[in-house]
Amino acid sequence: MSTSAATLQQTVDESVRVEQLDNGLTVIAQPMPWLRTAAFAIAVRGGVQAEPDGREGLAGLLCEMAQRGAGPYSSRDVVALQDNLGLDHSAGVSTALASFGAAMPGQSLHEALALYAEIIRRPHLPEDQLDESRLGALHEVRAILDEPTQQVILKLKAMQYGRRDGRATCGNEPGLNAITIDDVRGFFEQRFRPDGAIIGIAGNFDATAAIDQVRELFGDWQGQQIAIPADRGGGPGYEHIQQDSSQTHIGLSFDSVPLADPNYYPMRAGVGILSDGMSSRLFDRVREQRGLCYSVSLSAHSLIDRGAIIGYAGTTPERAQETFDVTLREIEALADGIEPGELERLKVRVQSGLIMEQESSWSRVSSLVSDWYHRGRIVTMRELEQRIESLTVAEIVDYWKQHPPGGYRIVTLGQQPLNVPH
Amino acid sequence: MPMSDFRQTTLANGLRIAAEIDPRGYSASFGYFVRTGSRDETDLEAGVSHFLEHMMFKGTARRTAADVNRELDELGGNSNAYTSEEQTVYYATVLPKYQDRILDLLSDMLRPSLLQSDFDTERKVILEEIAKYEDQPPFGAFERVLERHFGPRGLGRRVLGTAESIRDMTRQTMLDYFSRRYAPSNLVLAAAGNVDFDGLVATAERLTAGWGGLIPASPPPPDDANRLPVGIELDGIIPSPDANQAYWVRMNPSPHLSDPNRYPARLMTSILGDDTGSRLFWELVDTGRAESCTMWSQEFMDAGAMFTMLVCDPDDLAENREVVEAEIERLSREGVDDDELKQAINKALAGCIMSNERPSNRMFGVGNGWQLRGEYTDLDTVLDRYRKVTADQVAKLASDYLNRPATDTLVTASPEAMSEG
Repeated sequence: MSTSAATLQQTVDESVRVEQLDNGLTVIAQPMPWLRTAAFAIAVRGGVQAEPDGREGLAGLLCEMAQRGAGPYSSRDVVALQDNLGLDHSAGVSTALASFGAAMPGQSLHEALALYAEIIRRPHLPEDQLDESRLGALHEVRAILDEPTQQVILKLKAMQYGRRDGRATCGNEPGLNAITIDDVRGFFEQRFRPDGAIIGIAGNFDATAAIDQVRELFGDWQGQQIAIPADRGGGPGYEHIQQDSSQTHIGLSFDSVPLADPNYYPMRAGVGILSDGMSSRLFDRVREQRGLCYSVSLSAHSLIDRGAIIGYAGTTPERAQETFDVTLREIEALADGIEPGELERLKVRVQSGLIMEQESSWSRVSSLVSDWYHRGRIVTMRELEQRIESLTVAEIVDYWKQHPPGGYRIVTLGQQPLNVPH
Repeated sequence: MPMSDFRQTTLANGLRIAAEIDPRGYSASFGYFVRTGSRDETDLEAGVSHFLEHMMFKGTARRTAADVNRELDELGGNSNAYTSEEQTVYYATVLPKYQDRILDLLSDMLRPSLLQSDFDTERKVILEEIAKYEDQPPFGAFERVLERHFGPRGLGRRVLGTAESIRDMTRQTMLDYFSRRYAPSNLVLAAAGNVDFDGLVATAERLTAGWGGLIPASPPPPDDANRLPVGIELDGIIPSPDANQAYWVRMNPSPHLSDPNRYPARLMTSILGDDTGSRLFWELVDTGRAESCTMWSQEFMDAGAMFTMLVCDPDDLAENREVVEAEIERLSREGVDDDELKQAINKALAGCIMSNERPSNRMFGVGNGWQLRGEYTDLDTVLDRYRKVTADQVAKLASDYLNRPATDTLVTASPEAMSEG
């Protein structure tokens, strides 16, 4: 693997600029002049953990309403601009953040940033459209009832992280129905503030000009973020959702470490050995060797101060117990040892992924914002590659021995509950 | 300065090779495009193209199944396969230094062992895949609307087959199908990105030298057109007692994939039913009357389909359907105005530019074009074709296609809503 670091060194030009404005907004810019596109993402501390109790769904509703007219633009103007500039755009909320972003042909960036400054700072939040936004949000809540996999994962997150940090980003019916326009405007005033906000830009653009523009658009934005106390909710347990579905949908999670933790890499490498790629243990032993299911996967999830490992498998009822037992056994057996080849394959995958991240401004910008939020600094691709390259079998096994999986949260949806460990 | 360079050749055994080369790319993408899919199957073979796709990962004379999966992972990148009505595609995107190794692996995979024991295990995985989609919206509505429109055979044949056809499938059926469909003359090897084309041709020539020897089995017995294939129904309503939302899918005929009218057709569906900013978006989604209402077109070799999908509360279905039908009727009568066409063109151009950025997406463009249309179209030509579409062309197309008979399918917990429609 000694050649791999050389490859990344040779191919990647990483000139990341980070500037912190006086009002607390951080701007991160990484030019990638070989691309035709540019992408940006803006994140403010307006996620679901900041919602008042009984107003679940408020964060997402605000995010949607902010685009129903802003500054000089009507709702239709916003959409016409987005389309004419060629924005492939998205907006959404997570536990901690509300994010807006888009990828586009590079020459659209200037106008796109100006549009989103209006959306973030001067949305109209029209009272006469609250009911329409609410109806849209209620549709989303009901749509999830038709998606067993999503239903299982939502329930699992609530058990993993507790009532507040484990909230569904779509909210719930009582919460959505209780929201007034004053709630929406109040949440906006409180949460859409520069302190702790992040703007990331990557792709084909001029960094100096873009940072100057951001300074102009957001320099006089004022307001402090209100800190949110730590939440220690969530605990082990088993819940079964009775439904006459074709498959039994199985979710399981347990405590892990967050992204900024020094142990994140050995933890994540273990998840990779279990679940990344077609030679991973779960794919090989649950699906390939036994034909127990079509989908089985494990992933690492991180809040700022806590992390979890989340697994999913879907299988027909008569094979569900065996699928669950084999999956759990494989997860727990990781601490018994890893083959050097398993780690080598993981390293190649990570390296290839990093190099291919150079081909997309959108994937790069997502990493920039995530790094800054979770770690308060940018991890260059080179640094990341070196850290992965330095991982040893002993380090990974050691982590998994010292943090044995347990305290499981388990959710099943289907015709019958399973026998699960207590 | 041209962004990239197109090169192509045909080997002595009939294998066609086509590549779009951009030496500045960080990666290289390769794919075998096999001109075979569910439309090429008979009733006894229903689902065999897709089942066979799974079996390609199960080992060869030189590699076990574990070897195949391990080597794919050792080369990093992204690799996978998919099956459609018309094609089965095996592909991988890797760093350029792995070109020879990935070609060796993909080419070897296309001459699989097809062992009985692997066949039996993989059958279970396919049955799980079918069960998985039964639990997912829109609960079979697309398959059903295609079956109703094209009939349950040809383009209306389900890609996964049915649980019944998969349970009944024999290994011999698969072996015979393979022998008829996987001759090199039925395949295209496509590549894009940082590709060494001369190396690609030389390697492919060596690796596929023995492929000409495949002896096609005699054709299967023809289907009895008077009998429905096993596991197939054609009813326009799919009752789904647990569904919370109603799912309505409507299908109009549309231009096929070589028809120059496909560009105005795509813009028309975008104006009418793109997921944001379209007429149906403003009528039904922005107002909160429906969870979603979108339109898009899908092009086959000799036919096209324009889909409309409406998802909403079952109580609002009848009213929302009327809105959809009224908007379709209005467009067929009045056409589109210049501003909305310009907006749709701008959106389409940006979409093309962005999706063309990655070599993997370019590779799909090259492979699909070369296999299904026998032509290569560079990005600038595609952009130009969109720019040249006029409001008159869209109006003419709309008045033609939108007035042809449509087919539909409804999934709901309360089928009585249908009668109100």
